[in-house]
Amino acid sequence: MANNAQAEAAHHDHDDHPHGLRRWLFSTNHKDIGTLYLILSLVGGIIGALLSMAMRAELMEPGMQIFGNPEMYNVFVTAHGLIMVFFTIMPATVGAFGNWMVPLMIGAPDMAFPRMNNISFWLLAMAFVLLVTSLFMPGAPGSTGAGAGWTIYAPLSTSGSPGVAVDFAILALHLGGASSILGAINFITTIMNMRAPGMTLHKMPLFVWSILVTAFLLLLSLPVLAGAITMLLTDRNFGTAFFDSAHGGDPLLWQHLFWFFGHPEVYILILPGFGMISQIVATFSKKPVFGYLGMAYAMVAIGVIGFVVWAHHMYAAGLDVNTQAYFVFATMVIAVPTGVKIFSWIATMWGGSISFKTPMLWALGFIFLFTVGGVTGVMLSNAGVDRSFHDTYYVVAHFHYVLSLGAVFSLFAAWYYWSPKMYGYMYSEALGKLHFWLMFVGANLAFFPQHFLGLAGMPRRYADYPDAYAGWNMISSIGAYLAMAGFVVFFIAVIQQFSRKQKAAANPWGPGATTLEWTVSSPPPFHTFDTLPRIK
Amino acid sequence: MGMLHRALMVLAALAGLGASGSALAEELPLGQPHPWQLGFQEAVTPIMAQIHDFHNYVTFIIIAITLFVLALMIIVMVRFNEKSNPEPSRTSHNTLLEVAWTVIPIFILVAIAIPSFRLLFAQYDFPKADVSITATGAQWYWIYEYPEEDISFNSIMVPDAQLKEGQPRLLTVDNEVVVPVGANVVVSLKSNDVIHDWAVPSFGVKLDAVPGRLQQTWFRAEKEGWFYGQCSELCGRNHAFMPIAVRVVSQDEYDAWVAGKKSASIDTKGKLASARD
Repeated sequence: MANNAQAEAAHHDHDDHPHGLRRWLFSTNHKDIGTLYLILSLVGGIIGALLSMAMRAELMEPGMQIFGNPEMYNVFVTAHGLIMVFFTIMPATVGAFGNWMVPLMIGAPDMAFPRMNNISFWLLAMAFVLLVTSLFMPGAPGSTGAGAGWTIYAPLSTSGSPGVAVDFAILALHLGGASSILGAINFITTIMNMRAPGMTLHKMPLFVWSILVTAFLLLLSLPVLAGAITMLLTDRNFGTAFFDSAHGGDPLLWQHLFWFFGHPEVYILILPGFGMISQIVATFSKKPVFGYLGMAYAMVAIGVIGFVVWAHHMYAAGLDVNTQAYFVFATMVIAVPTGVKIFSWIATMWGGSISFKTPMLWALGFIFLFTVGGVTGVMLSNAGVDRSFHDTYYVVAHFHYVLSLGAVFSLFAAWYYWSPKMYGYMYSEALGKLHFWLMFVGANLAFFPQHFLGLAGMPRRYADYPDAYAGWNMISSIGAYLAMAGFVVFFIAVIQQFSRKQKAAANPWGPGATTLEWTVSSPPPFHTFDTLPRIK
Repeated sequence: MGMLHRALMVLAALAGLGASGSALAEELPLGQPHPWQLGFQEAVTPIMAQIHDFHNYVTFIIIAITLFVLALMIIVMVRFNEKSNPEPSRTSHNTLLEVAWTVIPIFILVAIAIPSFRLLFAQYDFPKADVSITATGAQWYWIYEYPEEDISFNSIMVPDAQLKEGQPRLLTVDNEVVVPVGANVVVSLKSNDVIHDWAVPSFGVKLDAVPGRLQQTWFRAEKEGWFYGQCSELCGRNHAFMPIAVRVVSQDEYDAWVAGKKSASIDTKGKLASARD
């Protein structure tokens, strides 16, 4: 990816850097693998967004206008969730920015296991192929595709989905899970063993902390998902009855196993974003992050507590009242470390000298909008009121605020912050800001009214709705289209960035950018830190 | 509703968005959503009234927190931008502040937790049943039984083309659940196939119908009328098309309905019996 002048510099640094298929198919370079993940997540994001456009087009008015068969709508809902979680957010945060920046930030020449890094990527690519294939395989009677939701509850996903589409989805998750487990091993080993001399754990950047915690969550939660989906596979194909009550099993077992993975998964989705925001806020405030240790250990606390709150997703499933009470208590506890982070970011900016470049706009948007999503999470943690909110659009609003207005905002923040470093080309501030404002207005318009829909009683995963819900649904769909326009502007901005080729400096951001990646050129040579830096 | 409740409600409404409209509602139909609705449907059971109050209380708190964060951010953007403050400080610690923003949220959470647990335990404080109903979820309709009255019937959504004047689309069924006003109704849930969920928003009731399990919820409706809900667990193709309708009537009307249903089923059984002979 280096241009001619940089290639010459690289040539001085290191002679044998591969080309063509050897470079991209058999890569052992963390920067190239990061780029591969970025491309995969862009493809995932486009497909995931198009699916959601079809869903919002259907929901724009009461009645069925787009989907002939409501089961197809369920298939789109399922695919949208699986693709956005596993093939957009995770590959971008951990796969792309994790791979690119962790070795650079700790002064390591590459990841601990460069070849395993490569297989992690190609496993994920294969997983994506399997998932997309599932869309065209027989699913429920009379339809194609898996339509049981990203949560694939049994028995809808077993006896309720006789076709092989769900089996393809399960196999996709097996490969994707393996990809992430291997990646987690790689990140933990790299971070624990390969920090440059003088960089203690308490000196490493908060983004590296966020990836470390995320990697532990992946390592410990994904095997449970793997076990659960294997049990689903054997129930479907090999005569077992783990989730079949008629033969001694229990559908609730699936829910416990899935959510034991599923709750840490949502922290996996957001923690790297927390790390990215810390880097960006510090840089553009020209101040170090406030309360570094509090920030690092808040992430650890969120990760640990995140393992013991899973059944707040199951308040309406038929759990005993004392069990629900425990999960209410444990879930509320997580609000404390999360609040510490929000206040610490604000304290970082306090007294700073803030520049409102595009990455900082996204970060500011994140801090406010993640707060909105977080407080509706506090509301939902209360089982008594979740009685009314469970499976309604209030929940959909909550998680889209923390994901589309949280995680996605942090991803765009990171793109504008780090892409000049990664590829050596500066983006256009005007286009970056236009992208931000379209997305900010559009996503808020799309998701804020969904709180009202949930309060009024509109259930989620519904292809059609009673006429009274029409008003807010129309607003929500218009917002979605506006956000999509923002996404289009993003692509225009990227194309413009790569075609006008305005060179980016090693450090385009000034004195606030203090981490190691800003000490190498933009783009960096193929191999960096062949000589380890010494940290004071 | 008590004075304190009214005060809280007005405060929440003033705070802005998401406040329940029940104290301020105009003449809106009970038991179903209305266009551009901002809050919960009007409460018809004491549990739902308690949910309303708790929700208003927490909404007030979370709006206050969100506005506080917004205010801090606006101050920061105005006072500490590059132009206003060219020299950044190096402050990165303040023990008092760090303790405060850990401990104060804990107090707020405790203040939320106390009424929260009260609400949760109230929902599970089952009264003695005046009426017992079993609701069985199936793909894609409900089967209702009143075991003590020996009544059983299916409840299927009425398609758009067959709706009569005033019947809400996607909520109307051919045979609705009927219960007497003021009676404690215990609803037992089960399923014939996949997981479904029986929910009635104005009652504050929602519980999964899981195959292989029998689980119970309860309500006491204190107003007469029609009250609707929708299946609330993804159950396949027609998940959006298997609604729940409950008609709450006086005790006399209920007794008459029960008698009518019983004789109708005897008629049916009689016809079947004579057809067999």
